Amino acid sequence: MSTFWNIWVWVLSIGTLVGCFLLLRMCLKNFAGVEEGESMGHTFDGIEELNNPLPKWWSTFFLLTIIWAFGYIALYGLGNWTGLLGWKSSNQGILNIAESKAQTVEYLKKDSGVLVQYDREMEQADAKYGPIFDAYAARSIEDLATDAEALKVGQRLYLQNCSQCHGSDARGTTGFPNLTDKDWLYGGTPEKIKETLLYGRKAVGMMPWATVLGGEEGVKEVAAYVISLSGRSVNADLAKAGKAKFGLCAGCHGPDGQGSLALGLPMGAPNLSDNTWLYGGSQRAIEESIRNGRAGVMPAWKAILGEEKVHVVSAYIYSLSQD
Amino acid sequence: MTQSNTSAVDYNFDVVRQFTVMTVIWGIVGTSVGVLIAAQLIWPALNFDTPWLTYSRLRPLHTNAVIFAFGTSALFATSYYVVQRTCQARLFGGKLASFTFWGWQAVIVAAVISLPLGYNSTKEYAELEWPIDIAITIVWICYAIVFFGTIVKRKSSHIYVANWFFGGFILTVAMLHLVNSMVIPVSAMKSYSIYPGAIDAMIQWWYGHNAVGFLLTAGFLGIMYYFVPKQAERPVYSYRLSIVHFWALISLYIWAGPHHLHYTALPDWAQSVGMVMSMVLFLPSWGGMINGIMTLSGAWHKLRSDPILRFLIVSLSFYGMSTFEGPMMAIKSVNALSHYTDWTVGHVHSGALGWVAMVTIGAVYHLIPILFNQGRMYSIRLINIHFWIHTTGIVLYIVAMWISGVMQGLMWRAVNTDGTLTYSFVESLTASYPFYFIRFLGGVLIVSGFLLMAYNMFKTIGAKDGSLKPAEEA
Repeated sequence: MSTFWNIWVWVLSIGTLVGCFLLLRMCLKNFAGVEEGESMGHTFDGIEELNNPLPKWWSTFFLLTIIWAFGYIALYGLGNWTGLLGWKSSNQGILNIAESKAQTVEYLKKDSGVLVQYDREMEQADAKYGPIFDAYAARSIEDLATDAEALKVGQRLYLQNCSQCHGSDARGTTGFPNLTDKDWLYGGTPEKIKETLLYGRKAVGMMPWATVLGGEEGVKEVAAYVISLSGRSVNADLAKAGKAKFGLCAGCHGPDGQGSLALGLPMGAPNLSDNTWLYGGSQRAIEESIRNGRAGVMPAWKAILGEEKVHVVSAYIYSLSQD
Repeated sequence: MTQSNTSAVDYNFDVVRQFTVMTVIWGIVGTSVGVLIAAQLIWPALNFDTPWLTYSRLRPLHTNAVIFAFGTSALFATSYYVVQRTCQARLFGGKLASFTFWGWQAVIVAAVISLPLGYNSTKEYAELEWPIDIAITIVWICYAIVFFGTIVKRKSSHIYVANWFFGGFILTVAMLHLVNSMVIPVSAMKSYSIYPGAIDAMIQWWYGHNAVGFLLTAGFLGIMYYFVPKQAERPVYSYRLSIVHFWALISLYIWAGPHHLHYTALPDWAQSVGMVMSMVLFLPSWGGMINGIMTLSGAWHKLRSDPILRFLIVSLSFYGMSTFEGPMMAIKSVNALSHYTDWTVGHVHSGALGWVAMVTIGAVYHLIPILFNQGRMYSIRLINIHFWIHTTGIVLYIVAMWISGVMQGLMWRAVNTDGTLTYSFVESLTASYPFYFIRFLGGVLIVSGFLLMAYNMFKTIGAKDGSLKPAEEA
């Protein structure tokens, strides 16, 4: 804040408090020109006003809050001044986590006691809870998946961080995969699950196909063929025409629509031959997927939760699809 | 009664009548929408799968209807009445006063149409889009001209304390509205704020909290300062107390906005100042309550027989309660528990239903017989029933919100031994359902009370001129 605004803030806020004090002092004295308890002598539509003194408990209390206000500002600061305690809630110049961590290291080195509140709380939390998660991280995901206590911790982390998209029962919803079945886009092994959680996933390319397929007719044909893959009855002519065009899709979904995972490919193209539908299995929803494409994103959690916690969440998610 | 010797002035009561009747009508509308959205929180299917009835669109309709339709109509009615009577001058501006009535009703209708359609500037309590904002500005300037024009015409040298509060409220709301509504329009019904990030948030809550401080507090203190002494037929307790609490109130309130932004990107010092000023504000707020309640000195027995006075005095008790609760909630460590929970909702409603609505209801019951040439309301018994229904409704509402609010705050911060949070958000939501239901019941009672009031009002208006005699004479 520039000097001008700093002075502006000081003058106005201190001025308001001093003004309140002076006002109170003025009204404690009887300046009204009539005896206390008497009428002020003017009436408004029949209403008179008495010149009663301020209640003593009230004016004392008012004075105390004003004094307290100066005390609080002295401790916690005003404008550019950080106050006698030097307290700060956060590093307000910091723009990312890396800068924040570097800053914390600096503060610790100086041992200056001016750690910001956020860093201090994170440090306390790490000191207190870090060992618990370090211990979990040292064990394999398969092992943790049989440990009831570890699963409880994993579930809590899941409910706080993952349930917003995947649901509190982890059964997913439209656009967000069900994590309790055995149908995986990027792999259901402990390693693959953890990789997905740590670094996130970005579906690489269900692009809009309407133009390439020759417009609405092509979309309908391919949709009919895709529906037929899971054994539902469709217009045979449409499906036949769709099958001829399916070669465009086979690069990711496989020649029989079995999905990229079955082919050992990493792009996360769903299996089209089962009855699990990430974006809905109705004719309308499938046509919509083909026409305009889809782009699913799973955020990366490494920087948010840290690898140790992700490890425990991975065990929880892994356990959901184990019988 | 002394008021008979002022009847020489030909007061303009037409516009007062119009605003008074609409106050009751908008009271029913605003609280009914509130009950509907309270019910939607328990039974989400009540949005009937239509976008126009979703919670997100009806919630701003509810707040706009109660603040700007019900509350502000009440302020127009009472300020136009009080300024004339205490200045002993006919309302300034002639047709301009009538324009403020029709203009303001047009603004409300525009809100009732545009909010359910989804037009929303996204600023809380300032959701209306820019063309409506311009209309508000025009009506408000006319309001200021009518009000201050009348003050200029006054016959006494002093200006009565009620008019300080009305005047302060009119000027400050004009400033708040103009500054917060600064936008760049991109189409007929869409605009973007000119302020960036944290500054936008600060401007918004500077506006938001002072909408409470000036519109819903200072304005209604103006009502209190006329109708309490009038209904109690007692002098105002302390002239000096009214001076100190008026000036301290308006100079401190303007600082309190940052307490809505504790633990956010707002600079630490701004949060500190917001908290400090909110705490100091506690005593000036109570100054108003003391001055109102002590005005009853020597007339306490009237509370037993006069339900109108009971509305006015109980409103002051709620005012005292919520202006104690407010500073407490502004303390950062308390706010860490209360913020974003139902506690805030309960706090607002103890102020809105307890203070604002009750002082309005009392004033309207006082006004209607005078405005429509009657000695009293059609039924005093119904006023009494209204009082108890309304009070019970408030108690159900705020107690339910206190419990669910504190519960939510505690559930959200509960931590296991491994440092993970104990509850997921949805668990705190399911735990809140019983209290949502109690709140809904409270709301139903409030609406029922307003319906009784409307019945009583139309019976009084419809009665033959002068046929309802004052209780003493009947």
